[in-house]
Amino acid sequence: MGVLIKNGRVIDPSQSLDMVSDVYIHQGRVKEISKRIDTPRKSDTVIDAGGQIVAPGFVDIHVHLREPGYEHKETIKTGCLAAAAGGFTSIVCMPNTNPINDNASVTEYILLKARTEGIVNVFPIGAITKGEKGDELAEIGEMCEAGCVGISDDGMPVTDSGLMRKAMEYVKPFGIPVITHAEDIGLSAGGVMNESFVSTKLGLRGIPNASEEVGVARDIILCELTGTPLHICHVSTKDSVRLVREAKKRGAKVTAEATPHHFTLTDKEVYGYNTNAKMHPPLRTQEDVDAIVEGIVDGTIDVIATDHAPHSQDEKNVEFDLAPFGIVGLETALSLSLELVEKGIITLDEMIKKLAVTPSEIVGIERGTLAPGSIADLVVFDPGRSRTIKTGEFFSKGRNTPFSGWELKGVVSNTIVSGKVVFSRN
Amino acid sequence: MVFSKKHILGLGELSAEEIKVILDTAESMKEISTRDVKKVPTLKGRTVVNLFFEPSTRTRASFEIAEKRLSADVLNFSVSQSSVVKGESLLDTARNFEAMGASIMVIRHGMSGAPFVLAREIGASVINAGDGSHEHPSQALIDIFTIREKKGRVEGLNVLIVGDILNSRVARSNIFGLRKLGANVRIAGPATIVPEYFSEMGAEIFYSLEHAIDNVDVVIMLRVQSERKTLEYFPSLREYSGLYGLTREKLKLAKKDAIVMHPGPINRGVELTSEIADDPGAVILEQVANGIAVRMAMIYLVALGESL
Repeated sequence: MGVLIKNGRVIDPSQSLDMVSDVYIHQGRVKEISKRIDTPRKSDTVIDAGGQIVAPGFVDIHVHLREPGYEHKETIKTGCLAAAAGGFTSIVCMPNTNPINDNASVTEYILLKARTEGIVNVFPIGAITKGEKGDELAEIGEMCEAGCVGISDDGMPVTDSGLMRKAMEYVKPFGIPVITHAEDIGLSAGGVMNESFVSTKLGLRGIPNASEEVGVARDIILCELTGTPLHICHVSTKDSVRLVREAKKRGAKVTAEATPHHFTLTDKEVYGYNTNAKMHPPLRTQEDVDAIVEGIVDGTIDVIATDHAPHSQDEKNVEFDLAPFGIVGLETALSLSLELVEKGIITLDEMIKKLAVTPSEIVGIERGTLAPGSIADLVVFDPGRSRTIKTGEFFSKGRNTPFSGWELKGVVSNTIVSGKVVFSRN
Repeated sequence: MVFSKKHILGLGELSAEEIKVILDTAESMKEISTRDVKKVPTLKGRTVVNLFFEPSTRTRASFEIAEKRLSADVLNFSVSQSSVVKGESLLDTARNFEAMGASIMVIRHGMSGAPFVLAREIGASVINAGDGSHEHPSQALIDIFTIREKKGRVEGLNVLIVGDILNSRVARSNIFGLRKLGANVRIAGPATIVPEYFSEMGAEIFYSLEHAIDNVDVVIMLRVQSERKTLEYFPSLREYSGLYGLTREKLKLAKKDAIVMHPGPINRGVELTSEIADDPGAVILEQVANGIAVRMAMIYLVALGESL
């Protein structure tokens, strides 16, 4: 039983491929890509991708699946459904569950759940420190053995620079990256949004850009000290982009991601105390948005990742100070990324590279390519088809998005994982 | 002009015209307070709830008197006796009162924006009685009402606000309201609590009280709010009152007929010396008296807006 995708525009940046052709998938792998393939067997599924894009399935290296512990927000099952609906065939999940993924048994639990209930690939990230408390190293070696593809205390920085250095040194032989949530907690000072005119007007405690930049600068310095690959999460400020750009120029092994909300929205979204515009790091100013877009164009920002952070409506429908940080992103990321393509800022090829190819490389997974013989994870989408973002139609349990009601382009028609169509939409 | 707002959430949300309507209405309300029978039947049969999630003496009492003078049925809810300690959410608490028939909710809350949550989700009219560091519209309306009464106008006056601007809801509401009515607003205090972003709101920033007070018509002294961690922003109360406390000498630099205001409660010897607090130029107790009239006007006007 195979899958034949006909007439699509196949774009695979990993092999510099961009042409209208057919793709044949057999036994879970990409068998052939050529101008015209006729169905070899009757039992094969045929997908007509005329007018659509066929690409390596997207890989989101920043997702919060909430399970175990916060199943009312999201489960591995619903998170995977949301991923598939958004064109993601692999998701990398952060360890801040309850219990925290800071040891191999939690890692194994997540992988077991993903195997039995998830329809896309799940690759866990292990915690850097036990309980993400920043006091002592977690059992990184065992977690790596169990299947973790990186370590991070996401949501919290490792405050102690000495411990961060030890983590970066210790992890080196395991060949997985350190993924940092860069922040100086003292500068954040309990802030709930960007420190700006808007926060001043609203009387909300602000988080200055410097809070992130001090963290980014420190972690880049530690990366250069230890030589361990460092991936910087959700870059949100102009000077963070500059710091990463300069580090790369020096040859530091640094990569960075930006989220669709950080390259699309400003802190003005918070007006009216909109808790669906509350996330960490916060939405910044237009100057920062422009700098992130510039970083995406010149390659300083390697990856588009969502920081998908589902919360229940009850949790968000409270006083702004009390609302949890975070928004969902898996089901809107493609459309928001396509906005950059639509405006002529990046090409489709570059977008797919940042959504599929580079993220796979950073966490070292064999995905993000349609090279013959590779695992058949693919997405088929129509970049020109319009949609209205309706939270009621989300597969995620989370409805917490500032993009509700937006008219955007880009609809995923098919998501294929290991040669199996796991999601399709007419 | 007709006041058509259902809620009063802040002076940032009101137009100059709407602010003037409230001030004019408050003048008529003030007349009621001079009568022998200080009561009108305007809100008979309506229920007003005072939801106070933060301790307050004068604001709560002032709202309650205002509501009673309008003949409303008044329910008081304060956090110590509330189900909030049992973990009930703000919205659930408010929905319960709405189910009991409350048509106006007056809310005081320690977190900025809390009244906006109610206004978004609840059918009742919402009046903000102070939310976190955001706004305290009734207090600013009282201040502006008192200024207008004393000076005969607001436009063109030089008004100085001194103290913890960053954490002050009174400062924000006054800046929004005074600017909309055409006053020149200066702010002064330690640089840590007088952020430059306030200049984008049209306030002129000073770090020296002596410079700031030159030629002003009105001085509004803000309370040092030790409960809001203000003390982290400067080394000691002693140093603060030396630099920013109002003394007779410093007041001499203002206009001769300058008035001194304070939203209360006063920390005597910190923001003001006792001699200033008790000085004829200080209108602090008049502010308190005007508070009832202004709050009657606010309640009356949202009740009108609600029935439209």
